[in-house]
Amino acid sequence: MQLSNWGQYPKVNTTLHHIRTDEHACHLLSLNASLIARGLGRCYGDSALNDQAVLSSIYCDHLIDFNPATGVLVCEAGISLAMLLRIFVPRGWFLPVTPGTKLVTVGGAVASDVHGKNHHVAGTFCRHVLWLELLSSEENILRCSTTENPDLFQSTCGGQGLTGIILRVAFRLVPISTVYIRQETIKTRNLEEIMDCFEHSANWHYSVAWIDCLQTGTGLGRSIMIRGEHANIEDIDTIKACVPLIAPEKFSLAVPINLPRFTLNIWSAKAFNAIYYGHHAEGTTNQIVDLDSFFYPLDAIQEWNRIYGKRGFLQYQCVIPRAAAQEGLTHILNRIARSGMGSFLAVLKLFGLQEENGGILSFPMEGYTLALDFPVTPQAFSLLNELDAMVLDYGGRLYLAKDARMSCATFERGYATAIDRFRKIKTTCDPNHRFISLQSKRLGIGG
Amino acid sequence: MGCMLILGATSDIARAVARRFAGEGWRLILAARSTASLLRLSTDIQVRTGREVVSVSFDVLDINSHKDFWGNLPECPDAVFCAVGYLGDQKLAESDFSEVQRIVLINYLGILSILNLAAMAFEKNRKGLIIGVSSVAGERGRQSNYFYGSAKAGFTAYLSGLRNRLSPASVQVLTVQPGFVMTAMTQNMKLPPLLTAQPDEVAEDILRATQKGKDVIYTKWFWRYIICLVRLIPEKLFKRLKL
Repeated sequence: MQLSNWGQYPKVNTTLHHIRTDEHACHLLSLNASLIARGLGRCYGDSALNDQAVLSSIYCDHLIDFNPATGVLVCEAGISLAMLLRIFVPRGWFLPVTPGTKLVTVGGAVASDVHGKNHHVAGTFCRHVLWLELLSSEENILRCSTTENPDLFQSTCGGQGLTGIILRVAFRLVPISTVYIRQETIKTRNLEEIMDCFEHSANWHYSVAWIDCLQTGTGLGRSIMIRGEHANIEDIDTIKACVPLIAPEKFSLAVPINLPRFTLNIWSAKAFNAIYYGHHAEGTTNQIVDLDSFFYPLDAIQEWNRIYGKRGFLQYQCVIPRAAAQEGLTHILNRIARSGMGSFLAVLKLFGLQEENGGILSFPMEGYTLALDFPVTPQAFSLLNELDAMVLDYGGRLYLAKDARMSCATFERGYATAIDRFRKIKTTCDPNHRFISLQSKRLGIGG
Repeated sequence: MGCMLILGATSDIARAVARRFAGEGWRLILAARSTASLLRLSTDIQVRTGREVVSVSFDVLDINSHKDFWGNLPECPDAVFCAVGYLGDQKLAESDFSEVQRIVLINYLGILSILNLAAMAFEKNRKGLIIGVSSVAGERGRQSNYFYGSAKAGFTAYLSGLRNRLSPASVQVLTVQPGFVMTAMTQNMKLPPLLTAQPDEVAEDILRATQKGKDVIYTKWFWRYIICLVRLIPEKLFKRLKL
């Protein structure tokens, strides 16, 4: 069958198997010489693709244990964050870290070591993982944590599934008292202002900015800062306070088909950006919004990836170290604006310090991260190659979970300090290179 | 909410139904042959709901054990959901009658044996709910699966008759006619994505149908019309189709 991930690029003919049980996973592993595990396929590029066999975990979605005294949840890797939220938010628990979509599995969240709007205070997802169980290439199930098989643990967190198949994960949920967020939005006029705003948002639990990447000159980098805190009962009105942990029902829309390519062009992107920026009031606005609106606005539009048409799109997410960020971002944003290929949705965020013994291939580093979408066109590829060079020159790197096209050289420079160690562990734990993705082949990460 | 007995609890549809109904507050008794998968599911639902879930071993083929099975349940259920089913090997069944027996025993005779016990209890209590998962394969025999299909046809007719009998006792009997569903049973088939339901969608349809007191549902809903068209094809033509 033909399979692709969220960006609908690349597409590959492969065989998709669904894992049912541990024994079944072992069986599938013994049948296939080269394979990769996959959850909901929400990585954008080719990390969860293999042209021989892809093993889906979505039927391994059972909960195993939850301790309300500590918040520690043990679950199978195929359960989605959406399902966990549906179960645990009404009981007063939330995810310690969540990406911008809840339609990912727990296994996927570990394999990509995802980050969220609270990275500067909570780090990445794997910081909250106590242990995980991994099916290794020798068909053993190994428990990994910072103390048990620590090398394997560190290479599995953010390791894009290249160390084995994640079967079970134990991680800590965080308590909440309402399903609402006290949100503050601040309209800023340029890059300097938004960066200043981030520097002063360190004590906010969540912060992110939508950035208009089509502006040049004095308006370069104009943005809307969105920051938030979990609302307490006192923060919400009395009607909401009656059922503080249940959000009102909302409509969800779907994009029924792949839209024709002409829908997305510089003019529609400009119009969208102008309307989005214009509709926010000047200065600061305070609101109470529910978790879904704050964390997952795009999940309200099912299959939004179809707006880019069937050729698909490339998501580009880079991070630039804090010290070089002002200069680097100015340079990059100028280049994007000049290309006329600015994307609808561009997101800026300041990462905090990434802990020393976190995932070896985890993406974040202290600095600014910028995420953009580009429809798949030849021009986009050459623009992104140019951006790669800039990102590397400023000491930055790209996010593997979103990548579909970076070169091996770009990867090696960006992850210079980590890659040798990862390769060494990978060779030990998977000597025959059985866990392989199209991405790992392209980037030469073992196999 | 009452107590629901789920037969064939480890099937994909049953698992989705168990989770959905547990989420609505039903107490569950899960019954299936494989105790390891049962334990996995009952733990899952206990963690999800924070309420205890009972699991019991049940073998639909062991008809002689059914009376004891029913008598030994921790409480008399208010509802029975039956997702027991076996597609079987059509090719094998054509030459090996033991496969035919197996298909008919699991999909028809065995189910009737246990549902008869439920029907008696519910009729006496003058309340209850019986949900049977049949199949659109039972609506017209086709060469690709007519052993399974004919057993399901019999089951559909049984449910219809049971509904007729139990209606005065205000017992609801719901026939579920799934079209294509993404399950372990169909994992090796090439299913058209637009016509294929996920087990969760089926569970949602079933929940709604019980709330609305429906008799027969097709899931996805348009299968009612697809089947209508399939029935309209004249036999002279139908017999020549490769279906």
